[in-house]
Amino acid sequence: MYVLGIEAATPVAGVAVVEDGRILAERLVNNRRTHSVNLLPMIKAVIEEAGITARQIGAVAVSSGPGSFTGLRIGLTTAKTLAWIWQVPVVGVSTLEALALPLAPQGQIICPILNARKNEVYASVFRGSSGQAELLEGPLALGIQELVQILQQWEGQVTFLGDAVPEYKQQITDLMGDRAVFAPQSALLPRGAAVAELGYRKMAGGGGVPPLELAAEYIRLSEAEVKLAARCGK
Amino acid sequence: MSITILGIETSCDETSAAVLVDGVDLRSNIISSQIEIHKKFGGVVPEVASRKHLENVHPVIIEALEKADVTPGDLSAVAVTYGPGLVGALLVGVAAAKAMAYALDIPLIGVNHLEGHIAANFLAQPDLEFPLLCLVVSGGHSDLVYLPSRGEYRLLGRTRDDAAGEAFDKVARAMGLGYPGGPLIDKLAREGNPEAVQFPRAFLEEGSLDFSFSGLKSAVLNYLNRAAMLKEDINKADLAASFQRAVVEVLVEKTMMAVQRTGVKTIMMAGGVAANGGLRALLQERASAAGCRVVLPPLHLCTDNAAMIACAGYYKYLRGDFAPLTLNAVPALALGHDKY
Ligand SMILES: [Zn+2]
Repeated sequence: MYVLGIEAATPVAGVAVVEDGRILAERLVNNRRTHSVNLLPMIKAVIEEAGITARQIGAVAVSSGPGSFTGLRIGLTTAKTLAWIWQVPVVGVSTLEALALPLAPQGQIICPILNARKNEVYASVFRGSSGQAELLEGPLALGIQELVQILQQWEGQVTFLGDAVPEYKQQITDLMGDRAVFAPQSALLPRGAAVAELGYRKMAGGGGVPPLELAAEYIRLSEAEVKLAARCGK
Repeated sequence: MSITILGIETSCDETSAAVLVDGVDLRSNIISSQIEIHKKFGGVVPEVASRKHLENVHPVIIEALEKADVTPGDLSAVAVTYGPGLVGALLVGVAAAKAMAYALDIPLIGVNHLEGHIAANFLAQPDLEFPLLCLVVSGGHSDLVYLPSRGEYRLLGRTRDDAAGEAFDKVARAMGLGYPGGPLIDKLAREGNPEAVQFPRAFLEEGSLDFSFSGLKSAVLNYLNRAAMLKEDINKADLAASFQRAVVEVLVEKTMMAVQRTGVKTIMMAGGVAANGGLRALLQERASAAGCRVVLPPLHLCTDNAAMIACAGYYKYLRGDFAPLTLNAVPALALGHDKY
């Protein structure tokens, strides 16, 4: 089965086509242009580069959150629309799990962190086990100190990756010392291939939903809803 | 062969999709309004609106197709609003339209939201003769647009601060009437005396066709504050009528100036405020005195909807004016200056 993977939850636009989990073609763009401009031409190109036609795609996997609200919506709208027209299922994939996946075989604690503004990150904690990222905690939106607190409960080194690493690297090192290790640049960015691979696995495991059923995992309420809730004393 | 256009509109707080055949046969026009949601916030909240668009866009498109008895494969093109509007909201419609155009291998058409409002007039009357003038008045716009020929737009005047609809909303909120303000004030104004309170009319410098409503808005707010301080009762109907008259007089006066300058014989109206009873009555009166006719889209096509986008898209389709798959949302898109 051919699975198209779409990753647009962070400033990186990533697209890939996998055949039974094997990567056929992948594109990644981190050029600060909006996904709205990049994404669809990338999808078109990757399908052509995979040497297949769009109608051969058997499922569309998409990074469904957490991440940038706008990025998520562009990715989800695109994925759901394509799947609806092609009459194939969609698979929502955790942005954080897709980030952790390439490091999974190392068998250690992996903590992807994404910029969530307001001095917080979106984070999950995974343990790599036989090519999978086993979820231990999350997804959460929280401050770095709070995250480090949570990480106390597991022993050994923690590998951090994700687009919030440059901003918080020093602070994490100060708090955790040499327990904290950081992934190399090439493993720092979310990849369309990881989304497609996870999507394929979920499909193989009986996952995938009709296109209209997939929703974004924002994790956070909008600013206005938070304020309204506060005003209503809820 | 007939030309079947799907229109998609998500620029503000309505998620809408419509199917239009051959420019006049409106098969469906589904509008999912978020007005109840935004009421609790006292106005449109961009992030909340964008989230709702993502939830609504597919059900609305599917309903529009089903009601029109059309399958995606029957579509000739997809037309979508790509600006002006709220960027996060626009992006949902744009992403859906682009994915449809690509997956169906049909042309993508980018439509300016104002071009859509103006095109609502052509839905009912496709044979209007150019040149035309259009007064576009809504929550986001107060524009005087001259159309020398089809597809050509010249902005003669625009608001320098608040849009007319925005002034209505703000004044309605200050008067404790609620949201959206336009229809509430219009209704109340019918029972009031428009001469009761003297409010300023901003005509700006000699010959200008621009608008400014912020001074008027402040004058109303001052009036309310003063009354509150002196613990005076205010007659809300009189206040609404006087405020509305001040807005309408300026709109109509400038429209008639534009008529004189361009020599048009037909004045179109567009946008949500075009539904305002006071505005329609006065414009009608002044236009017929000047030997002009006033054209108004059906009321349900004055507020944001996708039928008007499909209609504007239809004429672009005829011209072969298509957008590439790199089409982006342009929140401050200027009329007549497509960016793709
Ligand atoms: Zn509008």
